[in-house]
Amino acid sequence: MSAQLDEKLMIPGQREQAANNKPAFAEESILNLDQVNIYYSGKAAIKEVSFPIAKQKITSLIGPSGCGKSTLLRSLNRMNDFIPEVTMDGLFTYNGQNLNAPSVDPVEVRRHIGMVFQKPNPFPKTIYKNIAWGPNINGYQKSLDELVEHSLKQAALWDEVKDRLHESALSLSGGQQQRLCIARALAMEPDILLMDEPCSALDPISTAHIEDLLFELKTRYTIVIVTHNMQQAARISDYTAFLESGELIEFGVTEQLFTMPQKQRTEEYVTGRFG
Amino acid sequence: MYSTALNRPVLTDTFININKRTIRWGEFLIQSGLALCALISIITTAVIIIILCKEGFSFFQHIAPAEFFFGTRWVPLLEPSSFGVLPLVWGTLLVTFGAALIAIPIGLASAIYLSEYASHKVRSTVKPVLELLAGIPTVVYGYFALTFVTPLLKTIIPGIQVFNAFSGAIVVGIMVLPMIATLSDNALRAVPQTLRQGAYALGATSYETTTQVVLPAGLSGVMASFLLAISRAIGETMAVTLAAGATPNMSLTFLESIQTMTAYIVQISLGDAPAGGLAYQTLFVVAALLFIITLMLNVLSQWILNRYREAYD
Repeated sequence: MSAQLDEKLMIPGQREQAANNKPAFAEESILNLDQVNIYYSGKAAIKEVSFPIAKQKITSLIGPSGCGKSTLLRSLNRMNDFIPEVTMDGLFTYNGQNLNAPSVDPVEVRRHIGMVFQKPNPFPKTIYKNIAWGPNINGYQKSLDELVEHSLKQAALWDEVKDRLHESALSLSGGQQQRLCIARALAMEPDILLMDEPCSALDPISTAHIEDLLFELKTRYTIVIVTHNMQQAARISDYTAFLESGELIEFGVTEQLFTMPQKQRTEEYVTGRFG
Repeated sequence: MYSTALNRPVLTDTFININKRTIRWGEFLIQSGLALCALISIITTAVIIIILCKEGFSFFQHIAPAEFFFGTRWVPLLEPSSFGVLPLVWGTLLVTFGAALIAIPIGLASAIYLSEYASHKVRSTVKPVLELLAGIPTVVYGYFALTFVTPLLKTIIPGIQVFNAFSGAIVVGIMVLPMIATLSDNALRAVPQTLRQGAYALGATSYETTTQVVLPAGLSGVMASFLLAISRAIGETMAVTLAAGATPNMSLTFLESIQTMTAYIVQISLGDAPAGGLAYQTLFVVAALLFIITLMLNVLSQWILNRYREAYD
């Protein structure tokens, strides 16, 4: 199972290299899902899903509404812990460790696997404190001023807010708020950044801003993004997982999945015949 | 397709007349009836304010306002009489302060527990019980203070008087506690779930999330609940009359009998003063002062709610 997926992870050039007895892994995977099931009150929302998440790449999860992609995303940093009805089995391996083992501290998991939500959710604090809060409670020792500036620059928001850092974050526009939430997540220097339809509440110009931003970020971070927008997935991601009714229909290199899908269902979805 | 619709002949024989405006009397009657009912409470309030002002005004023709507001002796019924209201205000403040000291921490802690930590099952049991506590008649609390709390205090502090401010403060505190717990719980639960998730996603613990994100976000509602509870404690009558007694007193300790503004009104209303005299008029002027204090607190709590409410959509 795993070997088959690793093969799909390879881009064509690397496939040839692999054939020439080069290392079989095209990418280093940071997080691995193996036979994952997620249940809502006993009813399966995700069924037997397995795929790897490649380090410092963007992986997008696509599929029609209700296919379970957000539920799956939330299981990657233990956010489903807050929904008592949710149970799961299968193996989530993060850096070689079982993410759901009893000895794992979910708070520690979320320090390293950050999340940006569908709707911008800045805290009702100043712009500065929104960024500084996470590092602060986690005992960040170095200069917070520098960290705030660096994070806002990474999120392409610095120039717009540098003169009003101590104003309420709620005074920002929706697009700015979402970039603030991205900056807030980046300030934690996460290993993986999970994004749950981060552009769905935004106008096209703000969306373009955030997509540009993701291009920049992928050189330094591993990003997993849930999106409803297939063009977005095709534009920004390296790997794509297509889910339908809780099942993984197809996983592969984005370009291949969109241009030469292996499954008919995938082809129908990516060409807009349903969903 | 469109042209067929446009070319359809106009059917002159099915003319629809819309010029049929008439007065609907039933509608009018119901509307006026409802307005009248709404008016009754407004008129009542207005009449009360007018009477308080009128009697208070004639009181101040006999007694200088300075003596009333700054005098420290309250002896309205005996000669030589003295009309300094401060002992009554002091008694009220003492009981209110003590009650707030008890009710605010416990009420806020209960609210935080209910909204942030309790399971659905626990909350659905505890909340109705709290609301039941709010429904107990206040005279029962007074009786409870006199027959249970004071004897209990006496075992700890032997020198305490039978009527004392401590016992009054405790029962008034218990009385306003459900108000703080319920209203603060509502305020905290109105904080959007997405804010909590945002905090958790940054690796915050439940405690950090509650104290540093949820509580500041719901602070205006929490503060308003405190002020409403304080306003209720100031206006509370039966429990403090029974528990704290009727001795106007500027005592610094909670151990002696005091008299609150409300307890004084009870005493006079029960027939201690002849109608029309100066002592009778004190009833209205004390009531007016009480009314102004509680009104100011209620207005302040409304202002805090509106001023500091964060706009969440």
